[in-house]
Amino acid sequence: MSSIKVSTTINGDPTEYVCEADETLLDVLRNRLGLTGAKEGCSTGDCGACSVTIDGRLTCSCLVLGAEMDGAEIGTIEGMASGEKLHPLQKKFIEHAALQCGICTPGFLIAAKSLLDHNPKPTETEVRFALAGNLCRCTGYDKIVRAVMDTAAEMRRA
Amino acid sequence: MAKVIIWSSLKSHTGGESNLEIEAGNVKDLLARLGETYPGLQPQLKRGVSVSVDGIIFRDGWLTPLKPDSEVVLLPRMQGG
Amino acid sequence: MPLDNAESSTRKYKVVGTRPNRPDGVDKVTGRARFGADAVAPGQLVGLILRSPHPHAKIKGIDASKALKLAGVKAVVTSADLPDKTDGDAMLYDVLVNVMAREKALYQGHAVAAVAATSASIARQALKLIKVDYEILPHVTDVDEAMKPNAPLLYPKMITDGMDPKPKKPSNVVRRYEFGHGDVEAGFKKAEIIVERSFKTEATHQGYIEPHACLANVGPDGQGELWVCTQGHFMVRDTCARLLGMDFSKLRVTASEIGGGFGGKTTVFIEPIALALSRKANRPVKVVMSREEVFKATGPTSSSSIDVKIGATKDGRIVAGDATLRYQGGAFAGSPVEFGAMTAFAQYDLDNVRAVGFDVVCNRPKQAAYRAPGAPMANFAVESVIEELAHKVGMEPIDFRIKNAAREGTHSSYGPVYGPIGLLPTLQKAREHPHFKAPLGKNQGRGMACGFWFNFGGQSCVSMNIGVDGTVGVTVGSPDIGGSRASMCLMTAEELGIPYDKVRAVVADTGTLGYNDVTDGSRTTFATGMACIMAARDAIKKLCARAAQIWGIPEDAVVWENGHAKPAGSNAGNFPPMSLKEIAAQAPSTGGPIAGHHEFSADGAGVSFATHICDSEVDPETGFTKILRYTVLQDAGKAVHPSYVEGQFQGGAVQGIGWALNEEYIYGKDGRLQNAGFLDYRIPVCSDLPMIDTVILEIPNPGHPYGVRGVGETSIVPPLAAVANSVSAAVGVRMTELPISPPKLLAALEKQSAMKKAAE
Repeated sequence: MSSIKVSTTINGDPTEYVCEADETLLDVLRNRLGLTGAKEGCSTGDCGACSVTIDGRLTCSCLVLGAEMDGAEIGTIEGMASGEKLHPLQKKFIEHAALQCGICTPGFLIAAKSLLDHNPKPTETEVRFALAGNLCRCTGYDKIVRAVMDTAAEMRRA
Repeated sequence: MAKVIIWSSLKSHTGGESNLEIEAGNVKDLLARLGETYPGLQPQLKRGVSVSVDGIIFRDGWLTPLKPDSEVVLLPRMQGG
Repeated sequence: MPLDNAESSTRKYKVVGTRPNRPDGVDKVTGRARFGADAVAPGQLVGLILRSPHPHAKIKGIDASKALKLAGVKAVVTSADLPDKTDGDAMLYDVLVNVMAREKALYQGHAVAAVAATSASIARQALKLIKVDYEILPHVTDVDEAMKPNAPLLYPKMITDGMDPKPKKPSNVVRRYEFGHGDVEAGFKKAEIIVERSFKTEATHQGYIEPHACLANVGPDGQGELWVCTQGHFMVRDTCARLLGMDFSKLRVTASEIGGGFGGKTTVFIEPIALALSRKANRPVKVVMSREEVFKATGPTSSSSIDVKIGATKDGRIVAGDATLRYQGGAFAGSPVEFGAMTAFAQYDLDNVRAVGFDVVCNRPKQAAYRAPGAPMANFAVESVIEELAHKVGMEPIDFRIKNAAREGTHSSYGPVYGPIGLLPTLQKAREHPHFKAPLGKNQGRGMACGFWFNFGGQSCVSMNIGVDGTVGVTVGSPDIGGSRASMCLMTAEELGIPYDKVRAVVADTGTLGYNDVTDGSRTTFATGMACIMAARDAIKKLCARAAQIWGIPEDAVVWENGHAKPAGSNAGNFPPMSLKEIAAQAPSTGGPIAGHHEFSADGAGVSFATHICDSEVDPETGFTKILRYTVLQDAGKAVHPSYVEGQFQGGAVQGIGWALNEEYIYGKDGRLQNAGFLDYRIPVCSDLPMIDTVILEIPNPGHPYGVRGVGETSIVPPLAAVANSVSAAVGVRMTELPISPPKLLAALEKQSAMKKAAE
């Protein structure tokens, strides 16, 4: 199969990679770039464990092709903290015990950040619908919703 | 003699009796005697059992000492998720 | 040795019971934590598995010659590469056959061959080039159909065990179990009100978000490494080594971070295949399942068919309970029907009780454990009848349950007599809970249920090393599924008398520690936690001995208090207390490193009870059920890290809600699974649910130094019935089949209105 060269920006860093036409962005991130924070839970866009942002928009990286990403700005969980400073969502997820096994956590954080970027004062219902594309099998979502609500409140105070 | 209670569907191997009496110093001896006395129980013993000794469940712990009046309940080998 | 802890009820805890941040938190929120599929090895190959498209077929031949000729293909493995080394161990033989089909493919998705290649696309092409010659056989996927006299047989020579007299004809029924005591027939003669119903539940999947994944590396010297997401890497080592004829000590298995298990990762599927491919190719091989493979070829639950009959007197005392349970466990013996039969009535104090279970095989994947395996379905059936019986007796269901609840001294339905148990406190707390008194609106209903699970202990081995800076490393062999490392650190810190943040727990590989049982049976916080406490006590003994040597006084003249060695009394000498840190700092020059260790098989895991309350609202137009409010009340013995105890309660409850409302394996007439993906197998999502309220009760388990009981499994037992009772209350129709999906509920509503019209 012939390879395709792609120039893109990942977490603010200019990045170039070569991929085959049938490789998803998730495949590229995980297998070619070593960014394994995005997880493959289903490869059909149902679980949200592979969530990233593409040009600011929340996307399942298993549903787009790596070859389509030329010129795009991609955000992954690896870019969420700045240096040693965790994003408030990351801190609150730990404090609220909003993760048990942690496999869904990167996806939830990306989705939650995307929500708070657009809606700094979400209601519980808005949080629940914004996160409905992300599956968690351990927590029953309770502590995740609390962590996101608490983060929103804290970020508003800041 | 420890009192041994087996579950009902094993009764066909013990002449219809579910309350047995076995002389044994610990669980390991008890299971061995049980198998010798009632060979029909061997396949289940081989498949695996747990026991409750005086109300406490032992999945393994075959060296647990038995008192003369201990009540041992035979249970299928415990599994969990 | 259990029963050593009179201290648990009076002890004041400093660290245990607090809610510190978990030690693996930062790794998991930054994407840095390495799960099964996140590992790479130099020169690794991609392993893929060819699976049977047929639910039941004879394998007449496999021709892999074309695949082997494809450039980039390094190995092909079939059952011929996995000769039978099980030495008469029937259960291990079933594992071998499940890992790779031999004479027959027994279910759709059954592995028949595997390939290792230099890329995923070459491996995919290679799979297409492997020709399997199948002779298709008739199949059966429903438990009741499989029990019929003319059903297609999976094992034409199988005679049901546990029947008296022994049947003459073969069938799909592996074994009959019977539990109980008293005289059920005599009991029913005393009954003034009897309710009898039949129920069905469909198979569900644990639905862990991380598919199975492993990275195997075996050399021609017979040594191997395996990186794998599993609930028990020692089990993986022993099982794989036996299947492949390797020495246990030469196969080192490392547990990755694990992305959920719930019982589904307590056995092996891809691991022996990856090792066999790696051995044959002499290269590292990584095998990662797709979600479709997870649904089709791992271990969902049994589906079930259950009859329940319960009789009571008019004053609300149950006089007899009888149940017959039929569980299909997939294509192999071993459905958890005995646990269904044992637990069905375990929450009641009954003089006459009987539960009969039939273990049945079908052309479905071999079931695996799922949180309290076998119990939720039985509980659904019994607790549905209990609710209906309470209404007929004219009592509030909660009062009916309280009146008949098992308590200390009750002869349990599965045999033993209960010690101190927490069922009544959960019921009493439930009755006082604001949820119980909250008003309900139109089309809304409230249901409840009580549930039981055994819990067990098992083997654990822990090492504890004290650094010269006074910090402590705890090495455990129990994979951490839900925050157990935090609990291990809490118990270690508590026992040593040092702050939580001075302790770090790691999960070690199989070369580092003695055998540790699988993280299952709600055992880790109980058993491995107890091993941590014992290892800390071992370390304390050595710390005290070291202090005694430094002071020049006898060892038994030193005691440990609040993280310090102290002379036992004024006679022992007048020395200021020496902290752990001070003793540790002197370790190199006073005899070398100080470490604690403990290995044992823990018994005395206390049984666990829970009461759940559920409010739901049904849309009569669509048949859609919305959960409005949900409360879990469960006895934890002692909550080591309350946040993670709550998390277990909430997670189990929501999995149970999914089982009750949405989740099911749907088979076509062709015996093929029709919904092998998260779109059509719908697990609850965030917007489906309310907050899940929790109440932790602490009735100490006398079998643990701190009174801990396992909490991981019981929470999935009551929700099926609690939800069904709530829906039945909302619509006035008893729902006896799970899941209560909108089509099923609409059909029930239509039937009800047709019957009403007919009556008018």
